Amino acid sequence: MENADQIFVILKRSLMTWAGVFLPDWSLVFLSILISIGAIAVFGPVTMMYLTLLERKLVGRIQNRYGPNRVGFWGLLQPIADGIKMLTKEDIIPEKADRFAHFLAPVVIVIPALLIFSVIPFGRGMVAVDLSIGLLFFLALSSTTTIWIFVAAWGSRNKFSLLGGMRAVAQMISYEIPMVLSVVPVLIVAGSFSTVAIVEAQSGLNWFVFTPWGIAGFLIFFLTGVAEVNRTPFDLPEGESEIVAGFHTEYSGMKFALFYMAEFMNTFSISAIVATVYLGGWQGPWLPSWVWFFAKTYALIFVMMWFRGTLPRLRVDQLMGFAWKFLLPLALVNLLIAGIWTEFKTPANNIVSSLILFAALVILYWANRPEIPKKRVYRYAYADE
Amino acid sequence: MNLFDSLASASFYAVLVGVLATATLTVMVRNLFHAAIFLAFTLIGVAIVYLFLRAEFLAGIQILLYVGAIMTLVIFAIMLTSKIGDPQMPQSNRQGIPVLMALAAAGVFLVSMILKMPWNAALVIQKTDAVELGKALMGEFVLPFEIVSLVLLAAMIGAIVIARSDQ
Repeated sequence: MENADQIFVILKRSLMTWAGVFLPDWSLVFLSILISIGAIAVFGPVTMMYLTLLERKLVGRIQNRYGPNRVGFWGLLQPIADGIKMLTKEDIIPEKADRFAHFLAPVVIVIPALLIFSVIPFGRGMVAVDLSIGLLFFLALSSTTTIWIFVAAWGSRNKFSLLGGMRAVAQMISYEIPMVLSVVPVLIVAGSFSTVAIVEAQSGLNWFVFTPWGIAGFLIFFLTGVAEVNRTPFDLPEGESEIVAGFHTEYSGMKFALFYMAEFMNTFSISAIVATVYLGGWQGPWLPSWVWFFAKTYALIFVMMWFRGTLPRLRVDQLMGFAWKFLLPLALVNLLIAGIWTEFKTPANNIVSSLILFAALVILYWANRPEIPKKRVYRYAYADE
Repeated sequence: MNLFDSLASASFYAVLVGVLATATLTVMVRNLFHAAIFLAFTLIGVAIVYLFLRAEFLAGIQILLYVGAIMTLVIFAIMLTSKIGDPQMPQSNRQGIPVLMALAAAGVFLVSMILKMPWNAALVIQKTDAVELGKALMGEFVLPFEIVSLVLLAAMIGAIVIARSDQ
């Protein structure tokens, strides 16, 4: 049991001991760093490849068809075939494009997506670096993605690209605010930015999602996370029925694949961070810690793909209204709820904070009710008077 | 152990050189959009310098606010200014000499201030974490903190008043 839990840690340690026999001492530190970096650098792209397959299979099931099933058993080799196809495709740069921006954006956009993996605790003792600002590191890095999306859109010199880029910027700025505010209650309770400390604060079954502020915070964080990675129903920046493919209209071959890779790696990391922050990370009974972590993460990824299979795209005004008029006030009230929850004694705090949450939800629902405009009366528009 | 120290200082100086290079490019390139991209790299570089100085919280806030929010505003400004994407647009105007004089005055002031400052470099770099910063903001510096938030609130209300369509 203990061995199964720590299998990857033991694997790394034994690799180090084995290498220590014939390598000098000073190089072992580099080797340790290299093993961690190598594991992440391989894990990120491989996860992305198989998430594309999982998504196609799941959406296929939802639409009552099989999905890819020709290449390999269950289509398991399909991502590799797709990768080879992407690498051999022609790299097209529009004649009027800003070559520097067009080249830079897909290259840089992958870096934050990969760096975020370094603070995700995959299991007990399985984190590449336990940064003291872990959660802030994640928020900061995910906020930089906006710029590169816009650089791609601007560099392409294409109307559809620019429209998609503008939509992406507007959407990501709006959803970033409730996203940052929704994790503040966790910081209040756990008293640390470190992802490892946050997971350890949820030991046993004391996951934050089981508290009144936790359930609200979890839903806000997850929904804003879905919006941040531009997935359905928040995929207006690449709405193919209106603006071709949005910001990556003019990209082909491997550059397009890099955008796709960043998007899927962000999908994974946002699910992993939501699971870490609110669902207890690797905490859980019986099973090894990393099994719990991956089960929770993939459950959230499954929900995202389920959204894609079932929900239509939002309208722009609905998108903005949802962020500014519903999620943002709820996130602010949630701060108060978390404060009350930590200050009061055990039975009273749950009751009081649940009541406030319920009242806030009722008021917000009432304030956001659809408004039916009055019938307009035109004074001068009627010709036959 | 010496190897790691020298590696760390070498990478520190490499980052500093990178920051200076991107900062120079920011003011040198003719295309305004490229200048904005280089400015983003400069700001990220400054955040890395903060990380080297063990001010991790400040580094995170630097990226979150400057790269995430302020750069987006700069990009919005570029986007909403007409014809700015045209590479033939001149990037300078005839106000060169007044600007140079103002900048020179500001530079002299800053340099004299820097020279006046006694740099008591601590041998052990002290770690400042978010908890201490928060306590300082809410205790010792509570008045400036409240004034800043009042100014921001006034700016926000002003923006709403300007943007509101008059009925």
